[in-house]
Amino acid sequence: MPTIQRSALQPIAVPQTRNTLSARKRFSQENLMKILFVVPAGLYIALFFGYPVVKNITMSLQEYTTRTFFTGEAPWVGFENYVTVFSSNLFSPALLNTALFTIGSIAGQFAIGLALASFFKRRFPLSNFLRSMLLLPWLLPLIVGSATWRSILDQDSGILNRFLEAIGVIQDPVPWLTSPAVALTAVVLVNIWVGIPFNVTILYGGLQDIPDELYEAAALDGATGWKAFRHITWPNLQPVVSVVLVLGVVYTIKVLDIILGLTNGGPANATQTLAVRSYQESFIDFEFGVGAAYSNVLILISLLFAIIYLRANRRAVDE
Amino acid sequence: MTTAAAIKLRPESHKKATGSRQPVHPGLFTALGVVFLAIMLFPIYWMVNASLQPSGNTLTAGLFPTNPHFGGYETAISQQGRNLVTSLIVSVGTVLFSLAIAAPAAYALAQFRFRWINVALLVILVSQMIPGIVIANALYAAYNDLGLLNSIPGLILADATHAIPFAILILRAFMIGIPPSIVEAARVDGAGLVRAFFSIVVPISRNSLITAGLFSFLFSWSDFLFALTLTTTQDVRPVTLGIYQYLGSEVSNWSAVMATAVLSSLPAIVLLLIAQKYIAAGATGGAVK
Repeated sequence: MPTIQRSALQPIAVPQTRNTLSARKRFSQENLMKILFVVPAGLYIALFFGYPVVKNITMSLQEYTTRTFFTGEAPWVGFENYVTVFSSNLFSPALLNTALFTIGSIAGQFAIGLALASFFKRRFPLSNFLRSMLLLPWLLPLIVGSATWRSILDQDSGILNRFLEAIGVIQDPVPWLTSPAVALTAVVLVNIWVGIPFNVTILYGGLQDIPDELYEAAALDGATGWKAFRHITWPNLQPVVSVVLVLGVVYTIKVLDIILGLTNGGPANATQTLAVRSYQESFIDFEFGVGAAYSNVLILISLLFAIIYLRANRRAVDE
Repeated sequence: MTTAAAIKLRPESHKKATGSRQPVHPGLFTALGVVFLAIMLFPIYWMVNASLQPSGNTLTAGLFPTNPHFGGYETAISQQGRNLVTSLIVSVGTVLFSLAIAAPAAYALAQFRFRWINVALLVILVSQMIPGIVIANALYAAYNDLGLLNSIPGLILADATHAIPFAILILRAFMIGIPPSIVEAARVDGAGLVRAFFSIVVPISRNSLITAGLFSFLFSWSDFLFALTLTTTQDVRPVTLGIYQYLGSEVSNWSAVMATAVLSSLPAIVLLLIAQKYIAAGATGGAVK
């Protein structure tokens, strides 16, 4: 407070008129200082985001293997790594699994997330506390979630099979993570569990932003319950919905922790996705060139959705 | 606020629904909410329950740990204690490094009139979307040359990729609301740009710095990908990788695995309980804005 009073008393014009030359010098110095504020972040982003993207492109055009680390040689091979990727009999299953994993996860997360967000929109005792506790699965390390679900989904002694048998839904224990027929479903279920809190949070925020007056006006016209949802909630929620869905895609296609922790891409490659392929080519088989080619396919898909996201986000901001 | 709105609305809603529907007791919603939460958090309960069972390679856990064994925790601490400390050091390092990089940048992007601000924001948004495996692929080769594999600084630098874009966006969203006059007043008093930043902007932004810091911590603590790809020996090994190695192909000691899982969940649980306000702010602010 005293600083403001003092500065108000001093005529600001005096130092400026005294000499414009040093003022200009100070001005350019000031601009230099301002740029220094962003230099560290700019350097970091260039080195840890820009460089990897460029490096993945060059790597994918090279024969980059363990030998490279000893000899320093990485011969250029043109598009050979991409040929390896696209002709691999694991590529189309991995692409299909990536799509199924992403669509399944997002459909589940979104539906349950929207239901819970609508539920918590009614204010009741403890609603805020319960809603924030709901964030917990999202804040835990994903590998912790994987370990826990490994124990829950265990075929012989896992609590899920024991529970389903006890209530008579199944006769024989389901080999959740060991049968190629159900492993992808199990992995999707776990990923839905992980993603619900994020969906609830963002959708709840979107629901809060819809003005109450709209509902009051609709109620006068007799639109309540489902009708109000269809004609008021859903159209007004559109921008937030697009943001949630697109961000969901971008975050889900790159998931590694959950799949590696639950199944390691198995059984019989049933849970191989593009991200898992990229990891295994690079860090299990030490074929960094092929791994990078897989990464670039992943980046291309992400980029596509990033563009959709930015357009959706701009619309959300505009409205 | 809420009560005022409710009182205002009540006469109308009474007129509308003349006894056609009994008003639902709010306690019923609370009960339903508790049920939903219980279902969602059941796996976490189960993790705690399983961690208190006798050691062994089968899970014959009852619904309650009626006769708790702490053998799992003894094994976990003796085998993973060092890894937990590694995770803690890396996470604290990531927080300090990320805030040091992100806070000045966020302030500049919020308050200075650069022409390329929109481009910069676009780059930050897009960088958040780059798959971690892309970064890991490139960093492995670079770290190998620089001798940063199996090192704490190497992990801190890599883990900051989870934190820095998020922190810049969260901090900027707050700093955009700081009235420039406050800083200008200090500037007229002779404070330089840097001093004004530390003596005015940083204290005002305390809450958003805490939010960004908490999330940086949790992101780094949860990191699995860089732990997996940028460490190759036992020397520097975050606990997430310790859990992954327990999981192997066949789990031989479930109570130790679950005890390690519980110990690795403690930061998230504790922070959610004691710093709920900051976590909630970050959860909503970071994703959309």
